Amino acid sequence: MSLSPEEVLHIARLARIALTPADVERFAAQLSGILDQFAALAAVDTDGLEPTAHPLPLSNVMRADVVTASLMQGEALANAPEAEDGFFRVRAVLE
Amino acid sequence: MSDLWKLTAHEAHEKLRAKEFTSVELTESVLERVRAVEPKVHAYITVTAELALEQAREADAKYASSSATPLTGIPLAIKDLIVTKGVRTTAGSKILENFVPPYNSHVYETLRRAGAVMVGKANMDEFAMGSSTEHSAYGPSHNPWNLDLVPGGSSGGSAAAVSAGEALGALGSDTGGSIRQPASLCGNVGFDPTYGRVSRYGIIAFGSSLDQVGPIGRDVEDVATLLDCISGHDPRDSTSNPEPVADLRHYLGRDIKGMRIGVPKEYFISGMEPGVTARIEEALKLFEELGCTVDRELSLPSTEHALAVYYIIAPSEASANLARYDGVKYGYSDHSGGSMWANMEQTRAGGFGEEVKRRIMLGTYALSAGYYDAYYLKAQKVRTLINNEFAAAFQKYDVIVTPTSPTVAFPLGAKLNDPYAMYLNDIYTLPSSVAGLPAISLPCGLSEGLPVGLQIIGNFFDEPRVVQAAHAFEQALGWSNRVARI
Repeated sequence: MSLSPEEVLHIARLARIALTPADVERFAAQLSGILDQFAALAAVDTDGLEPTAHPLPLSNVMRADVVTASLMQGEALANAPEAEDGFFRVRAVLE
Repeated sequence: MSDLWKLTAHEAHEKLRAKEFTSVELTESVLERVRAVEPKVHAYITVTAELALEQAREADAKYASSSATPLTGIPLAIKDLIVTKGVRTTAGSKILENFVPPYNSHVYETLRRAGAVMVGKANMDEFAMGSSTEHSAYGPSHNPWNLDLVPGGSSGGSAAAVSAGEALGALGSDTGGSIRQPASLCGNVGFDPTYGRVSRYGIIAFGSSLDQVGPIGRDVEDVATLLDCISGHDPRDSTSNPEPVADLRHYLGRDIKGMRIGVPKEYFISGMEPGVTARIEEALKLFEELGCTVDRELSLPSTEHALAVYYIIAPSEASANLARYDGVKYGYSDHSGGSMWANMEQTRAGGFGEEVKRRIMLGTYALSAGYYDAYYLKAQKVRTLINNEFAAAFQKYDVIVTPTSPTVAFPLGAKLNDPYAMYLNDIYTLPSSVAGLPAISLPCGLSEGLPVGLQIIGNFFDEPRVVQAAHAFEQALGWSNRVARI
């Protein structure tokens, strides 16, 4: 398994991480090496086995639909890098 | 009075009750020790000395009014991914360097209700991704047994604090070995509970189907006491188990005659240090002397695949969990770019360290179109195979005993540039993590002057039997190197 620089850039774009050309080269080599180690998994017979998403037999845990305490606006915004008029501030999403 | 920091939590509690000293005196002794050794050990990212003394004064009031419980007034280190209201919580990452949580985690609330004292927030590999603390954005911790060596990780700061005397006990978190491996390398007891025993509310997420908080301590009794405090159902974590849990302290001091121990062949691999092998063989003999049956014929053939399964599933879950770090709501933000997307990509490039980026990319790849079936889905199916093998083993055995780590502590820098060699540190701790089973690591002797850890794995929610076996073993071994000489 060998990841090309284009594939690494594609993954980085999906993951929203800016990479330098040196990063691309290093990650291509390292990720390819790690994926090689995983190749043996393909040969394991898993016919008829259900995938495990989670170790416990719990599903669809519900709670009553009642209002509970939550953070106040000021608390929620206290760590915001940029806030304005009670909102998180970001650059334009649409150009 | 000067060496109070050397006590176990249960010894300290007895003496606090007997009014031999106060929690303020105990806490001051620990803080004095922190001032003396922290420049060499670097167990903490943040030391909360004033808060600790304030909490100690509250604890002394509880002792005065006879409302103290076993953890009241006991100074503890709290891993820095456990959110603490008003106290900076970084998860070892630059991306959270200024993050001051507006709420408390469930586990910290339970410790505070018990009157425990927080000495500080313990160092860790960034977002718990690592086995040495070398991936901390705040610099590595050093192993108190030998400062040139790693303390293990990711909860390496928690383990180093306990063995350096900078706390009497600690909380860590375990996703693939992050409590047990550092406990093993630092000569402590560390317990990764059954998935769902402890609420993950307020734990900065890494791999949500694997993460569990658990204790690190100087002996099995302390670890049982800490786990009792933080266990139990919490409706704020939908994966928290709703069944009531047994009081583990009740299982201390019981004999283990007739206990059936399975020893999986697959855990005795080449690459295991001879000193580690020797200590484990002696441990198995000791279990036989204690009246256990030790069966070396147990086979868990899918063990060899646990590493691949883990390093596909955990990074996949991490890639989703860490999508929240966008530089908008909290944390480090680089908004020098022209667009929202450019800012997000720059924020994540500048805020995350090397290993975190590597794992996010690995997980993103494993979940991406065209590769999902071959990697993520396949790993989930092999996870079922691993679970089934453990389930069959627990039909025949009460507990499974293995080494915790193939080696003792290794030098700082030795594996830093070879990610896969670093991943191999977790080879013995990953399988039970993948299955969600409880597993403890406790010291079973020394190899070349460094601690060796023994791992005891139990069936789902069978922490009682794990504690019973671990405590009986510890008492028979007579381990007394509870604080390292620095």
